[in-house]
Amino acid sequence: MDIATLQAYGFFFFTAFMVVILYSYIYHLYSSQKDGSRDYEKYSNIALHDEITDQPVEEILKDDEKK
Amino acid sequence: MENRPLEYDYTVAKLFMYNAIFVGVAGMLAGVVLAWQMAFPQFNYILGVNFAEYTNFGRLRAIHTDSVIYGFVLSAVWSTWYYVGQRVLKVSMAESKFLMFAGKAHFWIYMAASVIIVIGLQLGITSSKEYSEFEWPIDAGIVVVWVLWGISIFGLIGIRREKSLYISIWYYIATFLAVAMLHIFNNAEIPTWIAAPGVGNWYHSVSMYAGTNDALVQWWFGHNAVAFLLTTPIIAMSYYFLPKESGQAVYSYKLSLLAFWGLMFVYLWAGGHHLLFSTVPDWMQTMGSVFSVVLILPSWGSAVNMLLTMKGEWQQVAASPLIKFMVMASTFYMFSTLEGPIQAIKSVNALAHFTDWIIGHVHDGALGWVGFMVIAALSHMAPRMFKREIYSKSLLGTQFWIQTLGVILYFTSMWIAGITQGMMWRAHDEFGNLAYSFIDTVVVLHPYFTIRAVGGTLYLIGMVMFAYNMYKTMTSSRVVEESELQNATPMGA
Repeated sequence: MDIATLQAYGFFFFTAFMVVILYSYIYHLYSSQKDGSRDYEKYSNIALHDEITDQPVEEILKDDEKK
Repeated sequence: MENRPLEYDYTVAKLFMYNAIFVGVAGMLAGVVLAWQMAFPQFNYILGVNFAEYTNFGRLRAIHTDSVIYGFVLSAVWSTWYYVGQRVLKVSMAESKFLMFAGKAHFWIYMAASVIIVIGLQLGITSSKEYSEFEWPIDAGIVVVWVLWGISIFGLIGIRREKSLYISIWYYIATFLAVAMLHIFNNAEIPTWIAAPGVGNWYHSVSMYAGTNDALVQWWFGHNAVAFLLTTPIIAMSYYFLPKESGQAVYSYKLSLLAFWGLMFVYLWAGGHHLLFSTVPDWMQTMGSVFSVVLILPSWGSAVNMLLTMKGEWQQVAASPLIKFMVMASTFYMFSTLEGPIQAIKSVNALAHFTDWIIGHVHDGALGWVGFMVIAALSHMAPRMFKREIYSKSLLGTQFWIQTLGVILYFTSMWIAGITQGMMWRAHDEFGNLAYSFIDTVVVLHPYFTIRAVGGTLYLIGMVMFAYNMYKTMTSSRVVEESELQNATPMGA
């Protein structure tokens, strides 16, 4: 098998692999929302409540700020 | 020390906004002059025969494309970054002297590079790569500008209060990473004083690729420049400004995530469609076609998500010129991302390639999708930055209709011109002799070139109205309270 054929096979299987990854991710998004383990839709509020005084949707807790 | 409450700092966002508006008008003026030149060649001497060197089509064309892409759009992208970035990460530029310094350096080095680029292009200094005409010293300067933007992105992310990165931030990061890669690989070049001492000027260079490889890298760059300068950052804007202005949450946040990864996955492979029926390997051409068609899915994923965000709130389209601009932008995005894949199908491309239909496609995307989204984004930000209402709602509304008419005249005339051109080029008699000479097509196309110039002129008139409206908004419009700035942008009559 010459290098060009190997490249072509490599490209095809890489693409197929990436398709599996992408669809797995989509499945993960919708199944974890459905079973309640994650709520992705709440992140829309990051844009709607974006004043600097607004409570973050998920706050980063910085220990050193408490001292 | 005065104990003032923390506020977002829009110093750098304002600087980029001024430049976006100025270059938007100037770059589109260059485009309108070019359009009239296509219809009436005497416009090549618009400033007289003595200045023909500087005003002819060849010189102005690169100035038009580079100034609208890298001047108007990129400045607007950065203006929105320095606005949206702070807000969705819930951190102020005022909290970091270093990031503020990097942001200002970002703007001023970019401005210096822009001035050198415009002067260089006017003097005819070019590396002759389309959309990447800059010689190596400027290419190096662009890297500095890009790194400074990266410092701002990852610096702000580093000190953020909001743990999750909003979907717009993902798109800005994609823009940053992809363009960095595209710029470096497409501009891999050796200065002539290293390759061949004593030959040519010191600022000239030789591309590291030759022939078909050079074309392939060029169009991998060219198509992805459209993807990552004229698409991803504009989607970043739409995911922030449409929900914010309408007060509606994004229709489906999950759809925004999967459309993001779909777009990232597919877009980078589609550039081959620029080289159909050329000397690049056939499988690569087929791949370019196939990926272009698949690209409809993630593109429509974002566009449909935008339109469905307005579900139950369609009365806002009638009430607000800003929502009009954004809904029309999303519609043009759908339209343009359907038209592109159709043109990438081999049999269609055999007719469409090198014709004005391609120019029409570029402009329904650039004027309808990118231009309208940018106009809406700047209009949303200005009252929040300057604490003044939009000077005139009726002016903004009139601008919308004038520009929409302009875009429609532009792309419909180019459709007719392009398909006519394609049909005439391939027409032949029973012995295989071509039925028409080139000048026959020019004669037939003349009316459509004139209509295109009128359409472009209307769009430019709209931009001038916009610049005036924004100037008045910044300087003399009614001062508004913070409470008026929650969702719908306040506007004067």
